[in-house]
Amino acid sequence: MKATEWLVPRAEGLYCAPGDFFIDPLVPVPRAVITHGHADHARPDHGAVLATEETLAIMRLRLGEDRAGATQQPLRYGEELTVGGVRLRLEPAGHVLGSAQAVMERAGTRAVVSGDYKRAPDPTCRAFAPVPCDLFVTEATFALPVFRHPDPLREIDKLLRDVKLFPDRTHVVGCYALGKCQRLIALLRQAGYDGPVWLHGALRPLCGLYERFGVALGDLRPATEAAKGELCGGIVLAPPGAIADRWARRLADPVVCLASGWMQVRQRAKSRGVELPLIISDHADWDALLTTCREVGAEDIWVTHGREDALIHALAGFGIRGRALRLIGYEEDETA
Amino acid sequence: MRLFSALLERLAFTPARTVKLALLRAYFAEAPDPDRGYALAAIAGTLVLPAARRSLIRDIATARVDPVLFELSYDYVGDLAETVALIWPVREAAVEEPPSVSLVVETLRAATKSEMPGIVERWLDASAPSVRYAILKLMTGGLRVGASGRLAKTALAEIAGIAPDEIEEIWHGLEPPYRPLFDWIEGRESRPDPAGAPVFRPPMLAHPLEDADLAALDPEDWRAEWKWDGIRVQLVRTAGGVRLYSRTAENIGAAFPEILDALDATGEAVALDGELLVLRDGEAAPFAELQQRLNRKTPTGAMMARFPAFVRLYDILFDNGEDVRGLAFDVRRKRLEAWVERVRPERMDLSRLIPFADFSELAALREAARAASIEGLMLKRGASAYLPGRPRGMWWKWKRAPLTVDAVLMYAQRGHGKRSSYYSDFTFGLWREGEDGPELVPIGKAYFGFTDEELRFLDRWVRHHTIGRFGPVREVEKALVLEIAFDAAQRSTRHKSGIALRFPRIARIRADKPAHEADGLDAFVKAYLAH
Ligand SMILES: [Zn+2]
Ligand SMILES: [Zn+2]
Repeated sequence: MKATEWLVPRAEGLYCAPGDFFIDPLVPVPRAVITHGHADHARPDHGAVLATEETLAIMRLRLGEDRAGATQQPLRYGEELTVGGVRLRLEPAGHVLGSAQAVMERAGTRAVVSGDYKRAPDPTCRAFAPVPCDLFVTEATFALPVFRHPDPLREIDKLLRDVKLFPDRTHVVGCYALGKCQRLIALLRQAGYDGPVWLHGALRPLCGLYERFGVALGDLRPATEAAKGELCGGIVLAPPGAIADRWARRLADPVVCLASGWMQVRQRAKSRGVELPLIISDHADWDALLTTCREVGAEDIWVTHGREDALIHALAGFGIRGRALRLIGYEEDETA
Repeated sequence: MRLFSALLERLAFTPARTVKLALLRAYFAEAPDPDRGYALAAIAGTLVLPAARRSLIRDIATARVDPVLFELSYDYVGDLAETVALIWPVREAAVEEPPSVSLVVETLRAATKSEMPGIVERWLDASAPSVRYAILKLMTGGLRVGASGRLAKTALAEIAGIAPDEIEEIWHGLEPPYRPLFDWIEGRESRPDPAGAPVFRPPMLAHPLEDADLAALDPEDWRAEWKWDGIRVQLVRTAGGVRLYSRTAENIGAAFPEILDALDATGEAVALDGELLVLRDGEAAPFAELQQRLNRKTPTGAMMARFPAFVRLYDILFDNGEDVRGLAFDVRRKRLEAWVERVRPERMDLSRLIPFADFSELAALREAARAASIEGLMLKRGASAYLPGRPRGMWWKWKRAPLTVDAVLMYAQRGHGKRSSYYSDFTFGLWREGEDGPELVPIGKAYFGFTDEELRFLDRWVRHHTIGRFGPVREVEKALVLEIAFDAAQRSTRHKSGIALRFPRIARIRADKPAHEADGLDAFVKAYLAH
């Protein structure tokens, strides 16, 4: 039996028939495996939820104890479990803290659902581990050859040079609350920046969670408690929605920055009113998508969310069969 | 090229002038010669390079990239140079350094057509995307820097601690890569001497006159002339050449070859100050007709015949090679009249002085002048020397009272820079009778005229009365009346309403006025566009 026969796309999401569970389902289901904590993957009100310890903690924090699954079952990376007729394990996806690929095996065939992933190094989460398989389900957020993410430390250097050039202004960096925010802080620390990083209120709980899981982030302070003038020359992190809104008005002559893979394209940066675009992404870029799809050696590749057409066309060039799943409900923006 | 491309990138996203200046200063301080000189030329628009065909760039890219992927990408990015810069697949082990600005410029000038593809490929292989982008934009001549030449000169002046006009005065005698300029700015050499070059002289500008200022003026001391609604220009002819400059020192001669020819035909060494206008039936035409010419870098014969340009002369700066700027206005005026009388130049006439006994007579004249080509009056002190900049108490511009209309706010959009968190671009409209009763037709957009407090009010109002969103634009309830002031109304085929306003701004927020009492389009057309 081929993997494409027991892993099936349904309206609710990807369904593993022999295990009777969904992966990242879009609506409440009795049994769900969750790859990571982003809102479009980890939705509320499932029955039994299985995920990494970190992802479960993130779900409890974001959805509330009562909506993060009636029962929660943690699974360590690499630990194997038999669920109905499949063997299931989780492998690191390198996307955010706790992010995992769901690896399923049945009768000598293996399917891997990668969730979201990246191959670039990230000090805040375990690195992606490619798993050879017959069916690989991939994202395609940045599946165009114009998306080649630069070295993130070069982007951090760009930010720090700008801070030096405009010491009286406040650099406010828009970043998604889960993953991007903590990675930015870790990159700043890696680049030798040990000053305080000021946080918008919406970013604080997840930073606390990361630290509880052993990711050190250094001197973090709430932006609202900064004394007058203290933010001049400082770095403030805020959700993307806040950087160009009323919240940012309190800041001294802010330099609006946004950390996202979309910042590669000028028009996207312009339309967001960004003064300093930072190309830092938690998703695989074009090269990483192609490398990964070839590395896992799968005969079939299913493409979930993003630009399927370019990726499927390129895979065909390598003799790999690609298919667009078009699962509605995943979002392309902001977390990228 | 790395420094230059980083500068370009940062400038492109930065709206604030002070920030742009700081970025330019930092660049000029850091970049070496002659790179920074060519960069300065690229910003000021004085870098003349043989333009590469866009097809060359497309061809070298599609030779390396799958055409389907290229099209999908181009479709998404929307700009050829940017697409190629991003998509360019580097061959293994590119060991070369990215080219310097000067290498790119000098190579583009010297390379033959057949050498070009190979050279460009090597450059792209050696460079990161932002550097590739800068190279490709330099090649195709599509570099939009997000800073003007004036701004770059201001940055240089700030480095040297001098007035930007000091650079302006010699600028047009210099050439890229401007090494003597940098030598002077950085104190290694004395100021370059423009000698016989047809350089630009910083113009003398006027202050707006408030009615309250009038009481302090003695009519005896003042000369009046019309303020024509064209663009202020400077005509310069020396042994070194002929130039037509805009008020901001841009060399716009190529767009108005008939003016250059007329000036050259005088055979005089002269510098003149005047207003560039289009002639219609022997009269100055409204600004919109000149706009047709300004939109073109080089005009067609048909354009020149339909919109013939001429210059109405205000002043003379150099007469037969002699600098007369130190003389009084009255004396210069005599010299100007004598010059016109003697030379009888083509395509030039004298801006007439308006005799008057007192200011109330002048005010009446000003109000009666309804011609669209007149913006108002100029008052010039008879004893004033021609001084660069805006010296106090010398020249006044006395604009006609603005026209106003009560319009209804229809759409709002966020502003840029400091205003990016506010809804500060407003589209407003007037009523007309539609098929299903009264409807609003947009007649213009305004993004200034209000105080900070009014802006906060408008921003809040927009947020609370949004009824639809289209990308960055919010449609609002048709419930807020704005009093819009404007300088003139013109017919326009580009707008749905058929009219375009000149300098529309928000004069007052009429929250007190019900929307249905705002003005109608028909009445507006009758009042302002009847002639
Ligand atoms: Zn995600
Ligand atoms: Zn996702």
